[in-house]
Amino acid sequence: MNIFSTIGKYFIFLKKVFSRPDNKSVFYKNVILEIYNLGITSIGFVAFVSLFVGAVVTLQIAYNLENPLLPTYLIGLATRDSIILEFAPTMISLILAGKMGSNIASTIGTMRVTEQIDALEMMGINSSSYLVLPKIVALIFINPVLIIFSMFLAILGGWFFGDLSGLCSTAEFLDGVQYYFIPFNIYYAFIKTIVFAFIIATLPAFYGYFTKGGALEVGVSSTKGVVNSSILIIISNYLITQLLLN
Amino acid sequence: MIEIKELRKSFGEKLVLESLSTTFSSGKINLIIGRSGSGKTVAIKSMLGLHSIDSGGIYFDNRNFSVMNDKERKEIRKEIGMVFQGGALFDSMTIEENLSVPLIMFSKKNKSEILDRVNFCLDRVNLVNVNKLFPSDLSGGMQKRVAIARAIVLNPKYLFCDEPNSGLDPYTATIIDELLKEITYEYNITTVINTHDMNSVMQIGDQIIFIKEGKKMWEGHKEEIMNTNNKYLNDFIFSSEIFKRLKKSIS
Repeated sequence: MNIFSTIGKYFIFLKKVFSRPDNKSVFYKNVILEIYNLGITSIGFVAFVSLFVGAVVTLQIAYNLENPLLPTYLIGLATRDSIILEFAPTMISLILAGKMGSNIASTIGTMRVTEQIDALEMMGINSSSYLVLPKIVALIFINPVLIIFSMFLAILGGWFFGDLSGLCSTAEFLDGVQYYFIPFNIYYAFIKTIVFAFIIATLPAFYGYFTKGGALEVGVSSTKGVVNSSILIIISNYLITQLLLN
Repeated sequence: MIEIKELRKSFGEKLVLESLSTTFSSGKINLIIGRSGSGKTVAIKSMLGLHSIDSGGIYFDNRNFSVMNDKERKEIRKEIGMVFQGGALFDSMTIEENLSVPLIMFSKKNKSEILDRVNFCLDRVNLVNVNKLFPSDLSGGMQKRVAIARAIVLNPKYLFCDEPNSGLDPYTATIIDELLKEITYEYNITTVINTHDMNSVMQIGDQIIFIKEGKKMWEGHKEEIMNTNNKYLNDFIFSSEIFKRLKKSIS
């Protein structure tokens, strides 16, 4: 299948996904279920990665600011900005694309090859809307929450390990974190996160939904879903940055 | 009654169904028989709109399903029950939830009425105390019975079964066949079953069509099937030793 027909098929799929849910109460219930299945279960993983990457970012910045003319509070400032602007929204979204994307593609792909999607269709249910729309809504809601949590923990990790290693004292780090804060950076991070959440929910779902064959093809769909959503995240990251920060 | 007229379906260059026409009567068990790969499953899925067709017409009580839009098809599908080859039970849901899905989505029943209907359907297929189990907790035969229970939960007018007793031992297969027969007669359903099991044909078949490479080769009743002159059908029926001996003893 060439790239243009895949893109066309993806948009036709989205049109079906965004049709009115057959039953609103079932839809809301499924959204809550997906928030738990995809979002809440990711909290531990996000926390772990954020703490340690925050620490590494601080250590690397400290390593690059060895010049005595540069004030040490810049470590806190640079850590804050790199985490808010890039690490939390983009890196965590890429990591979530792996975790959530493979879950979404393999679940829907397995439902396809075991005829569960056909069973939904036979009941008169719009299977794409029933399966995918709650995931989109859930991720658009929960991913910004995860990103805020990640920002907080990464800065916390940077402060803690910076202080522990003696590279930057608590007072200096906190000075830097509070210095010249631009609230728009948070909006920028949120806009990115929401776009990435949409990609993470829809692209793996698309590949899972159109899986043909058996277990092997479910794996292929899962891989395609994760790889292509990661690529699209990187491209859209550039485009959003170009649009909003230039 | 379901009528199919000149149904044609191909996948790319490969023609799978060629001008398939027949009528499936209501209150009867209509069997589509044929070897594996003959196009039986494609025929059923095409009739249900799960595969798009190249040409032809599918009429559910004179309503032309093949020209309907998605919304109209959805309404017809609420009158159809389907038992898939592998059961197609939702493996993340309990048996009770599996049966409740169509009721919650489309009926105005409250919780206790839904539970009553679920229990009635499970009881109808002779399953008790399985409500809170998951499909993976059940044997193949029990899963098929749950699939039948789910298919009849909305009181369908039409019931489609894709090889309902494949992978089952002969005894369990007989139970499933009997169950489908009882349900068909009891609720006056138009039942269409795909099978290549000759025991099923002799046990429950009212009207039978035999297809080979997507073409209808024979149509008739089970009383006629043993005495047909159709070479392909004879090859199909008498490929098993039991039926060879049976024919010998009859002749």
